[in-house]
Amino acid sequence: MSVLLALPVLLPLVCAATAMLFWRRLRVQRTIAVLTALGHLASTLALFVEVRRFGILVARFGDWPAPYGIVFVADTFSGLMLVTTSIVTLAVTVYSLSSIDADRESFGFFPLVCALLMGVSGAFLTGDIFNLYVWFEVLLIASFVLMALGGERKQLEGALKYVTLNLVSSSIFLAGLGLLYGSMGTLNLAQLSVRVAEATDPGFVTMLAMFFLLAFGIKAALFPLYGWLPSSYHTPPTAVSALFAGLLTKVGVYALIRTFTLVFTNDPTFTHRAVLLGMATVTILAGSLGAIVQRDLRRALSFTIVASVGFAVLGLAVSGGASQELATLALAGTIAYVIQAMVVKTQVFLLSGIVRRLSGSFDVARIGGLYASAPGVAILFLLGALALAGVPPLPSFIPKVAVLRAAFGEGLGVYAGVALLGSLLMLGAVARLWSHAFWRAPMERPHESDDDAPVNLVFRFIPVTGLTVVLVLLGVGAGPVFQVATEAARQLLDTDGYVRAVLGGAR
Amino acid sequence: MVTPALAILSLFTLGLLAPFLFALLPRHAGKLLCLPPAFWCGWFWSKTPASGQTWTSPWIPELGITFSFRLDGLASLFAILITGIGAMVLLYTEGYCGAKPGSGRLYGLLLLFLASMLGVVLADDAILLFLFWEATSVTSFLLIGFEHERANARRGAVQALMVTGGGGLALLAGLLVIVQQTGQGRISAWGPLAGDPLYLAMFALVAIGCFTKSAQFPFHFWLPNAMTAPTPVSAYLHSATMVKAGVYLLARLSGSLGGTEVWTWTLTLVGGATMLTGTLLALRQTDLKRLLAYSTVAALGTMVFVLARGGAEAASAFAAFVLAHALYKGALFLVAGAIDHTADSRDAFRLGGLWQRAPVLATASTLAGLGMMGVAPLAFLAKETLVDGLLSPPDVPSLIVFGVMAAGAVAIAGIVAFRPFFGKADPAIADGHKPDAPLLTGPAVLAVLGIVGGLTPTFVFERIGGPVAAAIGGGTDPHPWALWHGFGAPLAFSVGTLALGLAVYRAWPAWIARAAPWPSFGFDRAYDAGLRGTVSVARAFTRTIQNGRLRAYLQTTIATFLVLVTLAAVRWNPSPQIRLDTALPHEALLALAMLLAVLAAVRSVSRLAAVVTLGVVGFGVALTYALFGAPDLAMTQIAVETLTVILFVLTFYHLPRFARGSGTRTRAVDALLATGVGATMAAITLVASQRLLGTPISAHFAENSLAEAHGRNVVNVILVDYRGLDTLGEITVLSIAGLGVVALWTFGRRAAKGGSA
Repeated sequence: MSVLLALPVLLPLVCAATAMLFWRRLRVQRTIAVLTALGHLASTLALFVEVRRFGILVARFGDWPAPYGIVFVADTFSGLMLVTTSIVTLAVTVYSLSSIDADRESFGFFPLVCALLMGVSGAFLTGDIFNLYVWFEVLLIASFVLMALGGERKQLEGALKYVTLNLVSSSIFLAGLGLLYGSMGTLNLAQLSVRVAEATDPGFVTMLAMFFLLAFGIKAALFPLYGWLPSSYHTPPTAVSALFAGLLTKVGVYALIRTFTLVFTNDPTFTHRAVLLGMATVTILAGSLGAIVQRDLRRALSFTIVASVGFAVLGLAVSGGASQELATLALAGTIAYVIQAMVVKTQVFLLSGIVRRLSGSFDVARIGGLYASAPGVAILFLLGALALAGVPPLPSFIPKVAVLRAAFGEGLGVYAGVALLGSLLMLGAVARLWSHAFWRAPMERPHESDDDAPVNLVFRFIPVTGLTVVLVLLGVGAGPVFQVATEAARQLLDTDGYVRAVLGGAR
Repeated sequence: MVTPALAILSLFTLGLLAPFLFALLPRHAGKLLCLPPAFWCGWFWSKTPASGQTWTSPWIPELGITFSFRLDGLASLFAILITGIGAMVLLYTEGYCGAKPGSGRLYGLLLLFLASMLGVVLADDAILLFLFWEATSVTSFLLIGFEHERANARRGAVQALMVTGGGGLALLAGLLVIVQQTGQGRISAWGPLAGDPLYLAMFALVAIGCFTKSAQFPFHFWLPNAMTAPTPVSAYLHSATMVKAGVYLLARLSGSLGGTEVWTWTLTLVGGATMLTGTLLALRQTDLKRLLAYSTVAALGTMVFVLARGGAEAASAFAAFVLAHALYKGALFLVAGAIDHTADSRDAFRLGGLWQRAPVLATASTLAGLGMMGVAPLAFLAKETLVDGLLSPPDVPSLIVFGVMAAGAVAIAGIVAFRPFFGKADPAIADGHKPDAPLLTGPAVLAVLGIVGGLTPTFVFERIGGPVAAAIGGGTDPHPWALWHGFGAPLAFSVGTLALGLAVYRAWPAWIARAAPWPSFGFDRAYDAGLRGTVSVARAFTRTIQNGRLRAYLQTTIATFLVLVTLAAVRWNPSPQIRLDTALPHEALLALAMLLAVLAAVRSVSRLAAVVTLGVVGFGVALTYALFGAPDLAMTQIAVETLTVILFVLTFYHLPRFARGSGTRTRAVDALLATGVGATMAAITLVASQRLLGTPISAHFAENSLAEAHGRNVVNVILVDYRGLDTLGEITVLSIAGLGVVALWTFGRRAAKGGSA
């Protein structure tokens, strides 16, 4: 069973290494990439099934017991995140088969995707906070190279902002780690949870919590730390930005949820109900406002990522210090929301690539006419856009209801109101995109695209349609989805259960 | 057991399939597609709901959301209207669109809307209701913008979506507050809520949702703009069904939220204002559809106005009016579309004499027009019932408002129903084509039903009025409907409004001819201003935050760090126990040297000097490690530092000339932030070193690395054994970094070559 926990990390690592051995043979690399994604999906699905059957699973590397060695811990939440990661990666990999140019492919595009997958999987699995830092580094360097690959000027500019701000995040994270280890004497999350709960000086712990809140907040793109995201996501090829849109911020959100339910729960009045709540609420507004005014389709979509991160963190913030019932509701909402957001973001970003392919531009003022000329794309986009705006019955609606209900129940109606206002702004933003790009009569065909070689779009439509099907299933199956999310939320709130699973009797 | 769900699901599926059916049989799509709704109409009619029948199955138990549907008198009335008029409209669409390509979408969307609307009136679960409610908003958006290459169609669609969508979010909030307070998701299980401490919030939020959806003052402006939709859509959504969703929900919740002063006053005032606004604005229009749209606004106001009163009698009057209005207004809209088809014009001022060309249409129009005037039996009955209620005891202000609305309706009916057929034609109006059967069936059937229904008042009362009164009025209306109320005040009122209306009708052409274009009414403009305002706020905000300058992002990030840590420190409020007197002289000297080197690096104007001084700092760090018992770390640090300096020096050659890019102010801010972070980190580190809150696990490594892991070098054992996974990750980082360097280097060189070529 331990192998199942290691596979999501080992498989991409081995595949990345293998693919690099076939440096000049792109066909082999492509095959390996697709097989990796498929294998990853199989392994995470198996892991998810096992976790549902047996509860929290723990793997000890080198068989060293926690807290001395590094452990991987899989609970329902990480299982969900992993499966979704696999789905997103599979879709993007298939999409990239026909959309990434040979230049980029021949400089290690596929090994880099594998490395990114490795980093993300490690982050979702690890039960050790320093090890989390290592995975952050892996995915940071892999994503940086992916973003810069191709070396276009615009790309390098975006990549520079991306990497600089994320290095600041890393520095803060590392500083926090040093202080945490220096004072708590351990890096194991379960043991940290115990020691924080017993700490004689919780005020100091709260101050340390700020380091992690900031480090993860930058990764997650919370207000006012999200500057890197809209500066960079529209610069690389579509497949790359779609992969980032689906995975990167979600790792930050995951880390926030993990640490602020397991470790830093000593002062929720301040950490959750003041800092996180405030930042989340403003993030929702900032993202929606940003999305309204963008002309570049991908920039507009980038801002919708910011808004959705705000909404996900809102649930976490509400859960802190809430009654058991409402905390479960809020966290379940957050989890279900994050899962669907990963799928939606990838879907809309991949679609933006098809839109650009069909219309020759990312500029919504110049696209036009796709409702008539490409009704299939229009329907796919409409579903994605409605999911962005949280319109029922798309899968973002029920999580929203859960979080809002918890917020109302906790007397945080004002914040719920702001979140709803954000939803309205988001609705306006996507209505505008739709009205411009799909309804308005086509402009004279702009030709900005260097990606004009006649290729078969099938490899682009298959993954987008696949993701849309997942989206619709998540919406139609809201009952079971929310049930699993609730289970995951209960596990997160039951920190004793986590500690028992990791440390056994030895605290 | 699952029949309402089956009705919704089957019609929804039909909607998804409709475009394909249209592709196969473009000439007969309407005839075929209207059959299922007609069947369901019959089914709903045959189900006489005695006390309300409920179907429930679990959906999301964690949130208390169920798939529950309920069929009572109120739901039954609306379900019959939705399916019945829906069938007529689908049939009409065949005549309206013919085999025009793209009409498949119209059929499909109409059916999707039909299913959603049915969901709204049948759902018993609050969240389920909202789900369908939003689905009607979205389908309405797509239908209003159906002729999407026209700018005003897109504008109308987005406006309707924003107004009803915004109201929808308020409604969602209201429903969630009620669910949270009652712990009950089923609407039928909500008791009176007037005593709840959050009653006002509940009422206000729900009311906003209902008022926006039902185009109540001051949200009425979206409805006329929605007339850019194809006529079947206007007839169906924006007259007969969707706009009544808000009214429906108010009626549905009148048992829970109604009966309070706030309810009565709000609904009376809003409904009254809407009646007056709709009537007065209608008379300024010449476009048939806009005339009808404003008169629909007035009618919706009337419904809200009636609901304000509460009780069985009002409920029964409400039912009569909803039924009558849906029939005559639906018919008139369809007639307007047929006129447009026949004469290629919708200009009520210029149209005339069409009865010769379209006698059947003229008849249908006349019958429906009589309904709108309140003369045809069903409408007369509705009007008398309403007036009866207002007269006992006499409520003078309400009577006046209602009188204005009724007289206005008479005049508008004359303008839209009679004038185009029997008035004098403007010769400029082109000859069109004759309307064919599908175009005529809908209006004819609806108009005739309006007459027939009124001729059997007892029957209709027992089937419609009574059950509605039982469902929302909490009892039975003691006065069954009757056509003849005797010579009395209600009849006098009817005659009076009729006379007044006819006078207005006669004066109307002269008035329109004379009237300079009035200054456009404010709310549509207010919406535009609001939209512009939002966009400029959004733009200003985004430009400030997302200004594209990396330096600004860094400043923001670091400032946030300082603020959060300071806040936490203030909250913590520790007793300052930082002791510096334990430092030995050589340690202090080292610290001072590093500090000076940093200052020199910052102040330096030459790159080489900066690198050298930074190197001093690096070696200082190494020395610190050595002093505090970590010689291995010190060695590593020296190696890294040396390499860094060498790399820096090597790259100098490629760097542009050293320049100061920033002014004094930015440098001051930077200095402040940098000092702040440095000081904060130093303080925290000092505090942390004195605050050990748990036994460090490092002792375990020191003791056991030889015994367990068979290695003498504890650090190495940790790196490759205890924490080997970390090392694996770091190796991966290095490899990818190497890969990246190669890739970027090559791309960079290629770009340079390409640039020179």
